[in-house]
Amino acid sequence: MTDRHTEFEGAALPHLGAAYNLARWLLRDDHHAQDVVQEAYLRAFRFFDGLRGTDARPWLLGIVRNACYDWMRRNAAIADTLVFDELRDSDAAGPASVGFDPAHLWEQRALRGRVNAAIEALAPPFREVIVLRELEEMSYEQIAAVAGIPVGTVMSRLSRARAALRVALQDESIGRHAAAPERKTRS
Amino acid sequence: MTMPDDELLTPLIRREATRHAPPPGLAERIAAQARGAATPTPTPLQSRTDRPWPARWRWLLAVLSFGTGAIAASMLMSSVTLRSGAADAIGDELAASHVRSLMAAHLTDVSSTDRHTVKPWFAGKLDYSPPVHDLAEQGYALIGGRLDVVNARPVAALVYRDGPHYINLFVWPAPEHAPSAPTRQGYSLAGWSQQGMQFWAVSDASPAELQNFAQALRTRITSTSTTPTR
Repeated sequence: MTDRHTEFEGAALPHLGAAYNLARWLLRDDHHAQDVVQEAYLRAFRFFDGLRGTDARPWLLGIVRNACYDWMRRNAAIADTLVFDELRDSDAAGPASVGFDPAHLWEQRALRGRVNAAIEALAPPFREVIVLRELEEMSYEQIAAVAGIPVGTVMSRLSRARAALRVALQDESIGRHAAAPERKTRS
Repeated sequence: MTMPDDELLTPLIRREATRHAPPPGLAERIAAQARGAATPTPTPLQSRTDRPWPARWRWLLAVLSFGTGAIAASMLMSSVTLRSGAADAIGDELAASHVRSLMAAHLTDVSSTDRHTVKPWFAGKLDYSPPVHDLAEQGYALIGGRLDVVNARPVAALVYRDGPHYINLFVWPAPEHAPSAPTRQGYSLAGWSQQGMQFWAVSDASPAELQNFAQALRTRITSTSTTPTR
């Protein structure tokens, strides 16, 4: 019994960083992300026995991801729109939902703030492929396993998400030379 | 199957987008939670009562169809269900509290082997006064106490040392004691009620050893109440 706990901790806790990052990006709130990750790990622990021989990372992130969507379903009023339309939502993706909070607008001036805001503004199914691909550097197959969608869908969502991000970050001349470090220091 | 990553966007995101780090303590909370969780693989003790359910139901149905002893049987069933419901939830919670107390380096709020230090410490922190006894002579030295929360209410937790093992003794006022399985997630449990208080001892010592502790403490509490020496 203690072996099982040790085994679970050894397999699951190393992925806590990725799990929390995904949940935090999907839910956009520290406290909710903590609660959901904790709940997801408990779920994972219950079903841990079926895992033998498979890669723990996509399996675990899949549970975290589903827990996030469950949370959003339960809290539809404060979470993202849940009726997700592949085409419409990709067109709608943009920094528009950021709002007019002055502090937020000021933060937006910084490149970091703009990049974060652009990703946050994506609909969750686009946001998650960006986070998993660009930040967690997972393969398309792994992302497909996490999100429970075909690899082809992963690729098409990724390309739409990137297109939306390019549009959102246009002012930063992402298409040309935004990667130059001096852009960061410009105020 | 290959699609090139965007040569400008990808580095920009990787450089600028926030990687949200889990807050400190989350890993510990998850580990403690897993340790406190009911293990889905049933322990031999649980499986003995869990597995024959279908058989019992069939038996129950047979009894009902004959119309004899049905009420008695259903009463028996419901008592079994109640027992494994409420009491086991307490058992899980106590085992989890025990584990937390050892993990978080927060075993005691007041560290003293003197019961005259430990007992007054609880005054003002709880609306009752738990009986505090040192059992060093019997091999169970009192090492301190702390406040804990069980069943959403603050309770006294007394900590004893039994050789290499720690024993957490949870005490709160309750008229009667709900029985529980003697082990929970690998930890031993012993519960009883005495003088209007409910006592729960939790330890990684063996169930038999913990029963010895429980017996020693019961005897001590009984003897001190009949001869009020203070």
